[in-house]
Amino acid sequence: MTDLAPPVLLTLALATTTTLLLLVIGVPIAWGLSRWRWAGREAVAAIVALPLVLPPTVLGFYLLLLLGPNGPGGALAGLWGGRTLAFSFPGLVIGSVVYSLPFMVQPVRNAFEAIGDRPLEVAATLRAGPWDRFFSVALPLARGGLISGAVLSFAHTVGEFGVVLMIGGNIPGRTQVLSLAMYDYVESLDWGKAHLVALGMVGFSFIVIAATMLVERRLRPGAA
Amino acid sequence: MSALAVRLAGRRGGFSLEAAFEVPAGGVTALFGPSGSGKTSLLRAIAGLDRLAGRCALGEAVWQDEGRFLPPHRRAVGYVFQEASLFAHLDVRQNLVFAERRAPAGGALIGFEEAVAMFGIAPLLGRRPGGLSGGERQRVALARVLLSQPEVLLLDEPLSALDQPARDEILPYFEMLKHRVALPVLLVTHDLADLERLADRVVVLEAGRVVGSGALNDVLVGESALTRRRDAAAVLPGRIRGFTADGLSEIAVAGEVLLVAGRAGQAGDAVRVRIAARDVSLAVERPSQTTILNILRAEIAAVAPIGEAEVLVTLTLGGERLMARVTRRSAHELALAPGREVFAQVKSVSLAAGSG
Repeated sequence: MTDLAPPVLLTLALATTTTLLLLVIGVPIAWGLSRWRWAGREAVAAIVALPLVLPPTVLGFYLLLLLGPNGPGGALAGLWGGRTLAFSFPGLVIGSVVYSLPFMVQPVRNAFEAIGDRPLEVAATLRAGPWDRFFSVALPLARGGLISGAVLSFAHTVGEFGVVLMIGGNIPGRTQVLSLAMYDYVESLDWGKAHLVALGMVGFSFIVIAATMLVERRLRPGAA
Repeated sequence: MSALAVRLAGRRGGFSLEAAFEVPAGGVTALFGPSGSGKTSLLRAIAGLDRLAGRCALGEAVWQDEGRFLPPHRRAVGYVFQEASLFAHLDVRQNLVFAERRAPAGGALIGFEEAVAMFGIAPLLGRRPGGLSGGERQRVALARVLLSQPEVLLLDEPLSALDQPARDEILPYFEMLKHRVALPVLLVTHDLADLERLADRVVVLEAGRVVGSGALNDVLVGESALTRRRDAAAVLPGRIRGFTADGLSEIAVAGEVLLVAGRAGQAGDAVRVRIAARDVSLAVERPSQTTILNILRAEIAAVAPIGEAEVLVTLTLGGERLMARVTRRSAHELALAPGREVFAQVKSVSLAAGSG
């Protein structure tokens, strides 16, 4: 039972870090895509959505090249004496962020677009500046989308397999997340642990979906 | 309080806009015109929500000029949108606090408690905007806009999204607002009834151009865009003098006394007296034996044809003007011409209370 703990903890740490980073990165991207008219907007939207269709192994392959000793990731790792970002926790985080980006950007973008111009114009005429409008009007009105995006990103990161396998290399205790451990249990005919992980994941997924639906219902405009 | 000076031009949608006018402090200036005449575009540009070229200044404060464009949050405007746009994520109190907190320190237009009392919204403070009626929402929006301590009020068709009961509910608040604040108020409307009830001055806009402007009654009686309408009417300032024992109100208007059925307000109140051109008939001798109570001696100032069969006769009376719409045949038979003295029989008079 004890060797179940490292992959569980690693998975939770990875999903939490990824979700927090995605909030910081994805929300501004969603804002830019929803509110500004600029050349290349749709191109950026397409790139953000790419991980939805790309096979995870393809994404993992390119990320491996980027993060490896000969890529920019390796150069970055050199700054603190490392050789590569691949096969490390930071590498997993970068891969997960890229892979789950559309799961954050899309719901948040939709939520920003659903707000329309009017509340922001009202805020402007009530003397709220651009940052003030973003934080005190746009974000609160888009909170349903933010919560959906965060939950989906978290769950998607927990469930990913191909990308973490390519970048992380399935190193127990370092880069072996739950989905990889599950695969190993099945491979080694360790049915007991496989059942435990599988059931745990089913329960987790159910709770995530139910919680999201409840939260969205409560946040619907007009709900007290 | 300073006046708002506007001189804006540019293209909006399919047509070009070019307008210059002033909005003096105190009283309501209406920007009047049909839908699509550019009223709202001008209002949005004044607030800085859209860009038009030109100049826009409130007294000494230049909001926009060559090489200068202040964004909306740096202009001291209060903007009331067509549908009351309350923040859905905040309750009524928080909506008000949103405005109050961002108002400049020392703004002394109105305080929180007074704004709540003035618009009768104390019972709504804890409610969400989603649960309010249209009229309630617009009252909260008005209180909110005043709490931002604006130096100009811009009202974009604030009544047009409301049904008739809600309009009747909210109109007195607008009339009260006029008297409570000494700000320049610019009201955009395409509705003649709103114009007659609320405006003191009018700028008439047609296809992006100013085609006439002036004091309310001068425009109502003088601009062909308005006088040719079937519901054309003059609006004269009056004062309630008293009440008769048989249920009539005596209204002093232009040196005469009009009798209106029913009790309207209190003796001494200033009122607006609306006299529709179609409700005025003319006689060259004082009629007797008639059910019409209000017969005024007036002088014809102008006679202008309307279509094939009718003419519009402009009358002067104690320095005020009103209109009569009569058939061309009658005008010919009675030899109605400028300078002639006639008796105007006013069949119906309506009052808008509370306005001077």
